[in-house]
Amino acid sequence: MEPILTAANLTKRYGDLTAVAGIDFDIAPGECFGLLGPNGAGKTSTAKMIYAAVPVTGGCLCVFGRDITRHAREIKKLIGVCPQDVNLDQDFSVLKNLIVYARYFGIGAAEARRKAEELIEFFQLGDKRDRKIESLSGGMKKRLLVVRALVNDPRLLILDEPTAGLDPQARHQIWEKVRQLKKNGTTIVLTTHYMEEAAVLCDRLAIMDRGRIVERGRPADLVARHIGRDVIEIEDPSPAALEEIEAAGARHETFAGRTYVYTEDGRELIARIAREGQAGHVVLRQAGLEDVFLKLTGRQLRE
Amino acid sequence: MIALLRNISYRAAYVWRRNLDVNLVTWQTNFLPPILEPLLYIVAFGFMLGRYVERIAWAGIELDFLTFVAPGMISVAILYHSTFECMYGSFVRMYYQKTFDAIIATPLLIEDVIAGEILWAASKSFFAASIMLVIVSFFGLVEYPSGLVIVLLAFVGGVMFGSFGMIFAAICPSIDTMNLPVFLAVTPMFLFSGTFFPVEGLPAWGRAIAAVSPLTHVVAVARAASLGVLSTAFLPSALYIVAVGAGLFLLAVHLMKRRLVK
Ligand SMILES: Nc1ncnc2c1ncn2[C@@H]1O[C@H](COP(=O)(O)OP(=O)(O)OP(=O)(O)O)[C@@H](O)[C@H]1O
Ligand SMILES: [Mg+2]
Repeated sequence: MEPILTAANLTKRYGDLTAVAGIDFDIAPGECFGLLGPNGAGKTSTAKMIYAAVPVTGGCLCVFGRDITRHAREIKKLIGVCPQDVNLDQDFSVLKNLIVYARYFGIGAAEARRKAEELIEFFQLGDKRDRKIESLSGGMKKRLLVVRALVNDPRLLILDEPTAGLDPQARHQIWEKVRQLKKNGTTIVLTTHYMEEAAVLCDRLAIMDRGRIVERGRPADLVARHIGRDVIEIEDPSPAALEEIEAAGARHETFAGRTYVYTEDGRELIARIAREGQAGHVVLRQAGLEDVFLKLTGRQLRE
Repeated sequence: MIALLRNISYRAAYVWRRNLDVNLVTWQTNFLPPILEPLLYIVAFGFMLGRYVERIAWAGIELDFLTFVAPGMISVAILYHSTFECMYGSFVRMYYQKTFDAIIATPLLIEDVIAGEILWAASKSFFAASIMLVIVSFFGLVEYPSGLVIVLLAFVGGVMFGSFGMIFAAICPSIDTMNLPVFLAVTPMFLFSGTFFPVEGLPAWGRAIAAVSPLTHVVAVARAASLGVLSTAFLPSALYIVAVGAGLFLLAVHLMKRRLVK
């Protein structure tokens, strides 16, 4: 199938600062594509180029088979955007926000109202319907951003950290909606710092760092490729325990007094470590995307 | 420059409509000033100041002070409503409320947004001038049908002053720095454009300000229209408003785009 989005050597510079340093990726129709990466990696800049909020500095970005630089209007018509920063219209109520936003897409008054009411119903915002934006909680504003992104029934949905700051209930509600949209064939670009979210929702993802894509693939494949199956975390390992790990040939690293051991068979190794009389705290858990993320982007803070 | 115009579409009307919707909610506070202001002026200028200044000569015509001042007062409203709407209103929407950021994720381009904002500002001048025109007409201060030209003038002049205000919204780093253009440009324009006294009576430096002030030309056309003496003598002023208005509009779109597109 023709990809819905193709980025080739895509570059974004703000003055001297290179935010996106020539990345290549494409997204198939109906796919949920994740963009992960530390703060300042260039995720939002990439997302903003897709909906033409910032111009492309170099390379090529085609959405729905058209060049974004020349066909921004037509492309934006078919895109829904949940931006990272809240930019709801503070002069209007919740309902009116959705209606006015629908109007920007050229949706008629009656249809706009119907759509707004339908979304309010689905997201259970009925009691907030006539509230002014400033009186909503931070999480509620984020949720409304996601809702607003759906007023034009987008073919491509861009969600830039849609669940940042949401409680678990609200997060699961968004996940449910994303899954439902995917089922209906909507293509989704998702940026997030929640690895669990990326693992659950994304078909494929790219991990960005300093404006480049450092790794990409299906979440489970990435975990298997880079980490293995299990992770053992040991608080202050004894020298004997460390020898045991070395003998087993397992990759390991120590960070802030805590040793992480990556292995295919954690159960067996942990038994051997226990036999050596390791006194400190030992945990065995499944390897996850977060381990991949930290391995590839390091443990230093970014911004 | 041509590219800027090509990027403006009918969708600018959605921005205009958004601003209208906001103002319809608070319409009482928006429509009261244009109704009450002329009444205050008429009391202050007509009945109080008018007692000291009896007749005033303008373009070879002798008139009483109130008849002289009424079109000046409407012209000041045209200046203030659109200039301040773009200077402060658009700045707040752009900078604090992030309204523009939200809109440009839809099929609108930034040029649509800026054009819509300026057209809205011009409409504010149009509404205010129309209401004031009705009020002063009750006092017999306006000749018709030529007085109706003021309604058109309010919109076209509003585009010019709205663009003028938008330029400062584009170049001022913060809302506090807006005091400077108000002090250096808007207030002198308000005083030295033949609004409350004829330009001819000013010293040379005052006449120089008046000559470059866009408001001078708005006042001239408004006064000729309200006195019923419109003629080709006022064509240069009309052309000035159209030409400078178009120039400022393009400059405003250009500068705002430069500020917003990173
Ligand atoms: N408007 C701008 N002007 C100048 N620099 C910018 C601008 N927007 C972003 N940057 C810089 O570009 C880089 C990438 O920023 P971006 O917002 O794309 O990162 P991100 O991956 O979304 O980060 P986060 O996880 O914190 O949201 C950062 O160094 C940031 O400071
Ligand atoms: Mg971001």
